[in-house]
Amino acid sequence: MIKRPFFGLAKPKLKYSVIEDVEKDVIKEIPLSPKVTLFLKLHDEGDHDLLIKVGDKVKTGQRFTVMEGREDYLISSVTGTIAGISPYTGYLGQNYTAISIDAAQEDEWDDEFRDEGRIPTRETALRFLGSFPGAPDFSSLIDFRNPVNTIVINGIDSDLLISTNQVIVKTGFEDLREGIKDLRKITSTSRIIIVVTPGAMASQVDEIGAQIKVIKPVYPNAFPKIIMKNILGRVPPAGKCCEEMGVGFISAEGIVALAGAFEKGEIPVNKVITVIDKDNKAVNVRVRIGTPVKDILKALDIETRDRDRLVLGGPMNGRTIHSEDVPVMYDTDAIMVQDKSQIICGSDSQCVNCGECVRICPVNIPVNMLIRLLRNGLYEEAAERYDLLSCVECGLCSYVCMARIPVFHYIVLGKHEFGRIMSVEESNA
Amino acid sequence: MHSQKLFISSHAPYWHNMSSITSKSYHIMLAALPAVVMGIYQYGMPALGVVAFSISCAMVWELLMNIVMRRTPSIGDGNAAVIGLLFAMLLPATTPWWVVLVGTFVAVVVGKQIYGGLGCNPLNPSLVAIAILMLSWKGLLDFNQALVNYNFSFDMIYPLSAVKHFGPSSVMNHSVAGLLMAQQSGGIGATFGLGLIVGGLYLIARGYIRWEIPLSFLVGVFVTALLFNISDPEKYAGPVFHLVTGYTLIGAFFLATEDSSSPVNFIPMLIYGAGAGFLTVLVRNIGSFVDGAVFSILIMNIANPLLDKIRPKATGRGV
Repeated sequence: MIKRPFFGLAKPKLKYSVIEDVEKDVIKEIPLSPKVTLFLKLHDEGDHDLLIKVGDKVKTGQRFTVMEGREDYLISSVTGTIAGISPYTGYLGQNYTAISIDAAQEDEWDDEFRDEGRIPTRETALRFLGSFPGAPDFSSLIDFRNPVNTIVINGIDSDLLISTNQVIVKTGFEDLREGIKDLRKITSTSRIIIVVTPGAMASQVDEIGAQIKVIKPVYPNAFPKIIMKNILGRVPPAGKCCEEMGVGFISAEGIVALAGAFEKGEIPVNKVITVIDKDNKAVNVRVRIGTPVKDILKALDIETRDRDRLVLGGPMNGRTIHSEDVPVMYDTDAIMVQDKSQIICGSDSQCVNCGECVRICPVNIPVNMLIRLLRNGLYEEAAERYDLLSCVECGLCSYVCMARIPVFHYIVLGKHEFGRIMSVEESNA
Repeated sequence: MHSQKLFISSHAPYWHNMSSITSKSYHIMLAALPAVVMGIYQYGMPALGVVAFSISCAMVWELLMNIVMRRTPSIGDGNAAVIGLLFAMLLPATTPWWVVLVGTFVAVVVGKQIYGGLGCNPLNPSLVAIAILMLSWKGLLDFNQALVNYNFSFDMIYPLSAVKHFGPSSVMNHSVAGLLMAQQSGGIGATFGLGLIVGGLYLIARGYIRWEIPLSFLVGVFVTALLFNISDPEKYAGPVFHLVTGYTLIGAFFLATEDSSSPVNFIPMLIYGAGAGFLTVLVRNIGSFVDGAVFSILIMNIANPLLDKIRPKATGRGV
C-alpha cells in the first residue's frame, strides 16, 4: 500500500509499476484445472429456453449458443462435459449464466473456426471473437451503431501493480505487428495508435504499423478517457463513452491473441493475468479462461484465510469476490489477495471539506459537493450540477479521503441509480 | 458452498493513503504546541488551567452531545480537543472558569454539533465562541483589564488597543522581533508569533493545511495596512505591526484554515484569505472593535459556499 508522503505540499502521485527488462519466460503457466466455469453475460432478465444441458460434450474452442433465440455465445476454453448450469449475480446486479465444465486433460480442438474463420473479416470477428481475452470487450470496435475511426491499443494496464499488457508489449513484438495487420483488415480503421510506457518500444518504432504514443506512467493516465484527453486532445461529453466519439480501445493482449488466432486457426482460450500476493508482489501467469481463483492461488502457493480479501482486478479499481470458486473471465486482468491486517474499513462520518479529493480528481469534479448530494440520494441534481457523469472511476477520491468515506462507491451507485431513473423516464415519455 | 472461507467484500479502492481525521487533529495540536507552551511559560499556572480546562470542557460537551443526539462518540477524532485548544489560545490567561465553560459550550454545541457535527459547521466553532463572548461580556476579552496584575519587562498595554486609541507613536517601544517573541500582551497562544509561524509552516509542509489561505490572509493584512499607513502614518500603524499583533498569525495559520468553513478550490481560497485579511485591518483601523480577525474570518466563513462556486470546469462538461 502506498501511504501518504511525509511532505504533503504537492499532489501525491501514484505510479504504475514499469517493467524494465523481461525474460521471455516471465509468464508462468498455470496447469489446467479439472473444472472450469464460463460466464455468459445476460442483457435482459426474461427467461429463455436453454439450448445446452448438463452432460453435453464440448471441445476446446467450440462456439456454442446458450439460449433459444439469442445471438450471445460462449467459446469453450476446454474439452469436456458440461457439469452444471446456474445463475450468478455480479457487480451492480449484472446477471450471468454460469456454465461449469468438467475438463479433460487432453485438448481436442473444434474445427469450425479453422474451417470458416481463417480470414480476418468483420463477420468472422463478430461470429467468433466475442469473448476475446483482454478488456475492453473486442466487440465494441466493430459495432455498427458507433463506427470507430481511431483505435487505441493500450500497452499499459489501467490499474496499479498490474503489468500484463506491459509484459506483452515487451515480449510479443512480432505478434503485435501481425495482430495490428489483422485488426486493420477487420475494422478498416485507418488510424491505430499504441500507447506504451517510456522506453517500452524504442528500437522497433517504424515497423509496428501503428502510431506510438508514450504516456507518463502515473495513475490514472492509462484510463481510456484520460488517454483520449492527453493523446487525442478530445474529451467525450459527460455521460458518453469513447466509442460514441469514434475512438475504440483494445488491450495489447487482445491484439497478440488476434494474431495467434488467425495464424493457428485456434480461438484464444488463455488469459494472461497478474497475481498480486499479500506482500504486493506481482507475478504474471497464463491461465485457461474459466479457471477458478482457488486453483491459481494453489499453484502459486498463496494461502488465504478467513477475513482476507480477494479482488479480481487491481488495488484501485478491482472488484471483490466472495468465494474462491469464482473463475477468471476473459476480461479479468488480475487477482489480488489482501491480508486481513491490510484492510482499511470505510466510515460513515461526514465530509470534512478538506478538499483532498477535489485537488486529486483528474477530471475536476467538485467531489466535496457531489458527495453531499449523493449521500442524500439527489442523483439527478448530482448529475446536472456537480458533474457526476464526468467521473472516470479511478477511485482516487476514496484513496485520499481522510474521513474514509467510500466516495467511489457512492459515485458508482449514483451513476447506476441515475441511469435507472433516466431509463424509467424514457420508457414513460 | 459449505465450509467456505469467509472473505471481506467491499467496493474499490482497496488501498488508502492512511490519512485520518484523528491524525490531522493531533498534528494541528502538535503545531500549536510551541505557542501554547510559550503562553504557559509566560503566564504560569492560570494559563495552564485555562488551556487544560478548555480542552476537557470541549471534549465533555462533545461527548454529551453525542449521547443526547444518539450518535457514536466522536471525541476520538480529536476535533473537539482542537476546538478547545484553539479557543483557549485566544483567551487571556486570567479568564474565569465559567467563561471557559460557557465558551466551549458555544463552540462545540452551538458552533458545531447543532449543525450535525464535524464537517457540517458553516463557521469556525472556536471563533463563534469568541465572538459571542466578545459581544455578550464586553470586558472579558479586554486584555488590558484581564492582565492588569502581570508585570513583565515589556509594555503590558495591549498593542492593538494602544494603536487604536493613542496612535502608532504609543507602540514605539515594541520592536518587531520582540513582538514575534511574545513580548506583548494578548491571548495565551496568540502572542508567540514565531511559534505560530513555525507551527503553521509545519502544517503546510505536511499537507494538513493549504498554503493559499494563510499566505493570502497575510498578504491581505499587509496590503490593506500598508494603504492605510501611506494615507495617514500618524494615525495608522504600519503593515508589519499588524502582521505580528493581535490574532493575525493564529488567525492565518490555525483559524482561517479550518476545513469545513473554508473553500477548497484554488481561486476561492485566495479570495477567502485576502478578504479576511482586508476585513481584519478594516475593523482594526476604522471599526469599533480592537481586533478584527475574529469577525473578518467569520464573515468570510459565511461567504465560503458562494466563493467555492468558482471552480474549474469538469472534463467533459459542456463539450
